[in-house]
This record gives sequence, C-alpha cells and structure tokens, in this order.
Amino acid sequence: MNALFHVLMLFMLIGAAVAIETKNMLSSVIAAGAVGFGVSLMFLFLGAPDIAITQVIVEVLSLIILIRATTFADNRAIERKMDSFSTVTGLIFIGFLVMAAVWAFQDLTPFGEPLMRVSRRYLSGTAVETGAVNAVSGIILDYRAYDTLGEAIVLFTSILSAFVILRRRGKKDIEAEDTEEFGILEQEQL
Amino acid sequence: MNNIRELSKDESSGMTIIVKTISRLVLSFILLFGFYIILYGHITPGGGFAGGVILSISYVLLMLAFGSKVALAKLSNFWASMLDNLGALAFIVIGFLGLTGGYFMTNFIWHGHPGQLISAGIIPLCNIAIAIKVSAALYAIFIGLSIYGRIVTEEEK
Repeated sequence: MNALFHVLMLFMLIGAAVAIETKNMLSSVIAAGAVGFGVSLMFLFLGAPDIAITQVIVEVLSLIILIRATTFADNRAIERKMDSFSTVTGLIFIGFLVMAAVWAFQDLTPFGEPLMRVSRRYLSGTAVETGAVNAVSGIILDYRAYDTLGEAIVLFTSILSAFVILRRRGKKDIEAEDTEEFGILEQEQL
Repeated sequence: MNNIRELSKDESSGMTIIVKTISRLVLSFILLFGFYIILYGHITPGGGFAGGVILSISYVLLMLAFGSKVALAKLSNFWASMLDNLGALAFIVIGFLGLTGGYFMTNFIWHGHPGQLISAGIIPLCNIAIAIKVSAALYAIFIGLSIYGRIVTEEEK
C-alpha cells in the first residue's frame, strides 16, 4: 500500500512540475487537473470516500472553468529569466523551509496512526448522539456545524464578490443609459 | 417549457448533435445521482457539498452542450443568485431554530433510527440547504466567468 502512495506522490509531483514549467496554458491547466485527480485517488485509498468524491467533482468543475477561461485568454506564457539574486534567495528560503519542516515533523505521529483524542469520542458517539451512520456527515453537520456555517459563508461571500467584480455594467451605467434614452439631463448638464 | 424545447433544437448554438444527444441521455442521470448523494448524505459517503457540485455540473453540461440561452431559460442568473442566497439563509435559519433545543445549531429534531433515510435530525435538512446553496453558487460562478467574460472579450476585440 505504501508503494502505491509513493507512486501517486511521484505522479503528483511530476504533474505539478509540468503545470509550472510548460509553456502552453491549456496543457498546464490539464496537468494541474492531473494533480487533483492524484489527490482524489490518494484520499480514496486512504479510506476517505467523502473527501475523494468532493475532490474529484470539484476538480472536474474547476477544470471545465479553467479550460473555458484559458481558451478565451491569450495563451502566452510569461517569459522571465531568473537572475542570480532571486535564485539564491529562493534556494535559501527552500533550505529554511526544509530545516523547519524536519524540525517540526519530528513530533508527528507515524503515518496512519493518528492521535485520536477527540476523534475517538466522535467515532464512537456519532451513530448514537446524532443518528447519522455516516460519521463524516455527523461530525461536519452536528459536532462541527459552526465550522460548516463558516465555510458556507466564505463560499457565499466569494461568489457575491465574484459577481460584483465580473459584472461589466454597474447600476450607474444602466441609469446613464436611461438618461440618454429618455433625454433626462443630469444635474451637471443643467 | 415550450420555449426551452424550441431553443434546444436550435442547431446554431451549442455543440454538435453528438454532444447534444449524449447530454440529453446523461443529464437526467447526473441530476438523479446528485439528488441521491444529497439525500443519502447522512448514510453513505457524500453530502450537501458534493451533491450540490454534481447538480451544478449538470447545469454546466447543459450550458456547454446547448448554449447559454437554454441554460439561462432553465435557471437565469438572477434566480441562481437568489437560490444561492436562499440556501445560505435556510442554513442559518436551521441553525437559529436550534436555539429551541438549547444552543445554536442544536440537533433539535428527533433523531430516529440510525441507518434509515429519515433520521439524524437536522443533518439531512442542512444537507439540502447546503446543496441548494452550493449548486446555485457554482452555477452562478460559471455564468459569471463564461458569459460575462465572453462579452468582455468580444468588446475588446
């Protein structure tokens, strides 16, 4: 099983590298989608079908949206040569990150053996306390419903702001068109 | 409905007849699978978010295959935005109704027998509210990015 995870991780790393390095925007988007499908396979084999379903569906939708967006945009990749200063600073920061990660991950429990302090109570009590057989649903909509509310509000706010920004014609433009059409002069013109 | 049927027969908009035929066959099953994922969210893997995204994907497929006119005749951008708001409002109202059981977001309805379709109190209701919200919201995002964006590119060209 571990070999499978290593193969999947390698696949995702290669996909991410292709997505960054390739010149064509469309193949970059498709490579990013491959990374997402690798993640969903990973969740599936780790025994989290809820997350796997959500991941694969959201990946499909975001792939459709990104392909739709890139086919209309100009597909020129941004050519920029790395100068020596940015290379050196990048390497230094990567070194810091690796050092901090090695230092921080020493205290982590081994792979596949979580701590199970609160989660043990959740797992044993979900069916009795909430009546939901699917423990994930019981947790996100009963024990942690407040988190889900926050998540819903985040999505709501982001979509509201996307609508406001993407809207080409504001309400003021429509009013201006009306004044042109019906010949009502504005305050300044009077 | 008659208007939608006429619009969907218009061959100038949307993709080829192959895509349209396959979409006609597949769309209802995608919708059905979405409803299944939502309504059985407390029993099998899935839930409001995943099912909502599936519902929005069926509308996105409608828009891609038949063109934006058919999809907007089914669910206009005003109603997509409105359903988004109503879903979020329903979720918060369910949360406030939980105050009758003690505190915010209490599971105040009778839980029933675990494993049955009507069980788990407010969890299925929350799943439905989230599904309405998410499906309308992601469809609205697709409307915003494809239709509004295309108008911009045509103007600039």
